[in-house]
Amino acid sequence: MVRELGKLDFKGTWQYAAAPESTDHVQLGDRYDLFIDGDFVAPAAGKYFDTISPSTEKVLASVALSSNVDVDRAVKAARGACRVWGRMKPAERGKYIYRIARIIQERAREFAVIESMDGGKPIRESRDVDLPLVAAHFFYYAGWADKLEYAFPGKRPAPLGVAGQIIPWNFPLLMAAWKIAPALACGNTVVLKPAETTPLTALKLAEVIRDADVPPGVVNIVTGAGETGAAIVEHSDVDKIAFTGSTDVGRQIQKALAGTAKKYTLELGGKAANIIFEDAAIDQAVEGIVDGIFFNQGHVCCAGSRLLVQESVADEVLGKLKDRMETLIVGDPLDKNTDIGAINSPRQLEKIESYLALGRTEGAEMYQSSVAVPDTGYWCRPTLFTGVSQSNRVVQEEIFGPVLAVQTFRTMAEGIDKANNTPYGLSGGVWTDKGAKIFHMTQKIRAGVIWANTFNKFDPTSPFGGYKESGVGREGGLHGLDAYLSLG
Amino acid sequence: MDKDPRVSARHAGNDTAGATQKATRQAKPEAGARLTVAKTYKIYIGGKFPRTESGRYYPLRDKSGEVIANICSGSRKDFREAVVAARGGFANWSSTNAYLRGQILYRIAEMLEGRGQQFVAELVIQGVSKQRAATEVTATVDRLVYYAGWADKYQQVFSAVNPVASSHFNFSVLEPMGVISILAPEDSGLLGLVSNIAPAITGANTCVVLASTSMPLCAISFAEVLESSDVPPGVVNILTGSQDELAGQFASHMDVNAVIHAGSDGERIKEVQLLAANNIKRTIVRTQTSWVGETGQGPYFIKDTQETKTTWHPVGA
Repeated sequence: MVRELGKLDFKGTWQYAAAPESTDHVQLGDRYDLFIDGDFVAPAAGKYFDTISPSTEKVLASVALSSNVDVDRAVKAARGACRVWGRMKPAERGKYIYRIARIIQERAREFAVIESMDGGKPIRESRDVDLPLVAAHFFYYAGWADKLEYAFPGKRPAPLGVAGQIIPWNFPLLMAAWKIAPALACGNTVVLKPAETTPLTALKLAEVIRDADVPPGVVNIVTGAGETGAAIVEHSDVDKIAFTGSTDVGRQIQKALAGTAKKYTLELGGKAANIIFEDAAIDQAVEGIVDGIFFNQGHVCCAGSRLLVQESVADEVLGKLKDRMETLIVGDPLDKNTDIGAINSPRQLEKIESYLALGRTEGAEMYQSSVAVPDTGYWCRPTLFTGVSQSNRVVQEEIFGPVLAVQTFRTMAEGIDKANNTPYGLSGGVWTDKGAKIFHMTQKIRAGVIWANTFNKFDPTSPFGGYKESGVGREGGLHGLDAYLSLG
Repeated sequence: MDKDPRVSARHAGNDTAGATQKATRQAKPEAGARLTVAKTYKIYIGGKFPRTESGRYYPLRDKSGEVIANICSGSRKDFREAVVAARGGFANWSSTNAYLRGQILYRIAEMLEGRGQQFVAELVIQGVSKQRAATEVTATVDRLVYYAGWADKYQQVFSAVNPVASSHFNFSVLEPMGVISILAPEDSGLLGLVSNIAPAITGANTCVVLASTSMPLCAISFAEVLESSDVPPGVVNILTGSQDELAGQFASHMDVNAVIHAGSDGERIKEVQLLAANNIKRTIVRTQTSWVGETGQGPYFIKDTQETKTTWHPVGA
């Protein structure tokens, strides 16, 4: 039976009772200092800034604002710790990292709640995706510590020294794990800066690292904004920079590192095409589109933010997609029913809304679900644009929100051309029932991670990183070790 | 054997397909002797040998200051056209199977071996001792054979099946970065040049190369070898000219995916790295002064020019 498209009435019949996750077990201080040389220390200038919950707009804690003096202190501590950490028996190094993994597993629920409070992501995601992956990353890289020579045939890998790491606000703890775990396994010490809107779980991770008896100075965590990051990048005694964030900032970092001996990895922006062929399992593909663009409020560098749907099934796919969007619950990140949480910051909400206006100005047709959103906090309903052309800015630029641009194609070649018509090359998706077509498409899409009949899957064993302006280098898997070693 | 490089070059030239201009211009033939035919050195773009669009040249001189040949002083427009050719050649070359790429690399070695004497003569005329020149040419042939062998093997060494915890088949393979601009080493006119081109094209990239400014002759003769070795047009494009003038363009062009700088001048390295950031271009800096032996080759020279692509595929019904 062919159902009538776009006509299902979900209103009134699908009500969920609130199912909030308790915050009773969460231990949050009022004020957080810097984690340097194994201790929490006050910033030299005595300045602090507030971190707020984007869903309640309430202050969660105040956090130290690092100056150049603090960064210098952290780098000195990290340099000093190289003597201990770099020369420790690799197997022992690995055991410390295993300890970190275990403690995170033990405290996973607390960390998941704080992640949702500070960053706005649904507890379902922080509990089921972020935290399990954080523990898995430490477990995975712990085991590499004494096996590095097997990863690079014919080479003698050696630690680089001090790694400066700057991470974004979309996966605060997971990005810290992606950066710290391989760095430590390879014998480096770390100065890490979490994003200014989401510093709390990184500071809680500092507690874990201290509780695991990791030697002082091996991991140092400095909080602050762009200036703190710049101080790390420009510090003369840092050997490696690992950055995840926007392409614009990545470009600035690459320029700042020109002429220095610092090694770097950059995980930057994306504008991934999610390509649906007419022979795809359409209901599964619609779920894949939803996972691709609405996961984590679309605050995902590898989000499937461009839907390319074969013309013959475009009406069917769009009808089902709109129906599905209508069921998505936007609201309290701590509610276990919530699908889309809070936009991370007022600044990001402003940016997303400017693109919503821009898309309409460019002549695109905008569709939003009718879901009710709370009065306080920062929210964006799931949104899609149709009637866009390849040159529209909502097709070309990374919006980093729950906003999907929809285009159609007729032939496979046209699909490939449109998918690759972007300066980015981080990820891509293909939906078809035909194996040969999958491999043709996955070979032809110029991007670092391709999902076939799935989307937004991550694993510590799976290398991640972009082509073209989406970045340099890989994180995760055996390939992710390269970034933290000198191969001599 | 005459110690005068000009004369030995002339002799070598007479033995082989190409003579040098210097032989024509400088040697005074005796009455009734045959006048040697000199070669015009041109640039190599898209499988053709045009002169530089700029019409400019620079005189290449030997140690005594005499002109060996007039060399094209390539322009930024030549470079842009070469990038168009390299981009045009990429789709075909990157989908050419590894076995065939290996055979083509081997074919280059065969053709170079056959014209070895010409390359020895060109190196000698540019100031390399005869013995070192002979060694360099054979080492270059062997290097091409070495990479011919890697063409269908590096993928197996560096790719991976990743044991993800979910029900997916997940694997990572290497893919070429795309178009690579190469600033060839200044002091190694043949071995250094080929040591940078060979791994890039073995890895299915296409490239635009700026030859050594002071030792450009072998680069253009090598282009002739490529042209007769089944290397498709656009895969390798070779310009001659001033690195001071062109390095910035090689580093900044928005349709180039990676830049290789072979050299140790800190200021030049900084310039290249700075401009490369315009489009997050990968920068590969090779500072070695010797290209002989293992310091000048290895599968990691190929890997430097590769992206890692990871594909996820569900397992189940």
